[in-house]
Amino acid sequence: MEWAAPGIVLAAAPYGEGDALCAVLSEESGLYRGLVRGGGSRARAATWQPGNIVQLRWTARLPEQLGSFTGELVHAPVAFAMQDRVALAVLASACATAAGALPEREPQPAIFRGLLRVLAGLATGPEVLTDLVRWELDLLRELGFGLDLSRCAVTGVTGGLAYVSPRTGRAVSAEGAGLWRERLLPLPGFLYGNTPPDAAGWRQGLALAGHFLARDVFGARHQALPAARQRLAEIVAGLPEDDSEGH
Amino acid sequence: MITDLDHLIGLFAKLPGFGPRSARRAVLRLVEQPEARMLPLANALLAVARNVKVCTVCGNLDTRDPCGICADPHRERDLICVVESVGDLWALERARAHHGLYHVLGGTLSAIGGTGPEDLNLASLLPRLGQGGAGELILALSATVDGAATAHWVADKVAPSGVRVTRVAQGVPMGGALDVLDDGTLAAALRARR
Repeated sequence: MEWAAPGIVLAAAPYGEGDALCAVLSEESGLYRGLVRGGGSRARAATWQPGNIVQLRWTARLPEQLGSFTGELVHAPVAFAMQDRVALAVLASACATAAGALPEREPQPAIFRGLLRVLAGLATGPEVLTDLVRWELDLLRELGFGLDLSRCAVTGVTGGLAYVSPRTGRAVSAEGAGLWRERLLPLPGFLYGNTPPDAAGWRQGLALAGHFLARDVFGARHQALPAARQRLAEIVAGLPEDDSEGH
Repeated sequence: MITDLDHLIGLFAKLPGFGPRSARRAVLRLVEQPEARMLPLANALLAVARNVKVCTVCGNLDTRDPCGICADPHRERDLICVVESVGDLWALERARAHHGLYHVLGGTLSAIGGTGPEDLNLASLLPRLGQGGAGELILALSATVDGAATAHWVADKVAPSGVRVTRVAQGVPMGGALDVLDDGTLAAALRARR
């Protein structure tokens, strides 16, 4: 058994003295795990950093085996994110979320392409948070927990949506929210209208996606959100209100 | 039945760099010359095992507490270099490029490895900075996602103290040819040009 395709390294854990157990995401094969011989060594560890795009080859004698990877580095987005705390946190969060949320060995073309967009946007500064929030909502939808942002769950109107029900995941307009608005999750303007994203919007977006990821995806497995995702939320919480450029 | 020799070979085989075959070779060399090689090794192991301590100031391993580096009056005490492990400290000491003090974190934040902030030796660093005297904190952590994330995290924690925080540079190694470097190293080197 074998396949070869470009893939994104999601996680690499040291195994033995010089090997690594890696999780990768490819468009056709989805989330795959495998052993990388020498992947933890000084010579090859750089290739198997989370977020790197690698030309992969997976081989195993039987399909149900763990298998092993070999690969050649195609692009290293992590190199552009090292000095930027927001970009690095976005990269670590996206990789950890994908590694923890996706089912293994199921094709995920939309998630793969979305993650590529996030990685491509790492050099743009905090703007990449917009792509990340959208990607997390796409991830929820692909996993069967998509939010319904098409109309207000209370009044049925399609305009003026301002909240999301934390229970049903359906949008609620400002009018429809009424006295319940304190219990609803704010819907950031950049997800619904044409409002330019800002720090407050990113915080709301991360809180929105994080709530459903924590409850429906990770909570269903009795797991907490990945530490890297929580760390990202902490960093974004510290961004100045008017900061759409600063770090 | 497992003999004492098998037990010894098994213990050697668990050490980094050893496998069953190399462990057998090492043990054979030792038992061939017990007086010249084995007993001195056994005595040295015993002495270190009984005396080695974790320095309560920096986290280094030494037979003294505070360790020899922390107790050295000739060190630049306003310069503290933060490293992941004692192995990294030893590497920097070999290079003889750092004449200040150290602080051993004991790892990096790692979601995969399950290492959280509470597992790192940061609690004793902040008081060191709070006591004054430290003018610069050098973060010499590995150029990995975990290492960089840890560096940002430490910088955040240290920021209220007002101490200047710097990081070791990343780029072209000594003797390294550009055409064999990976893309990530080249990109980092270009971004850190001066």
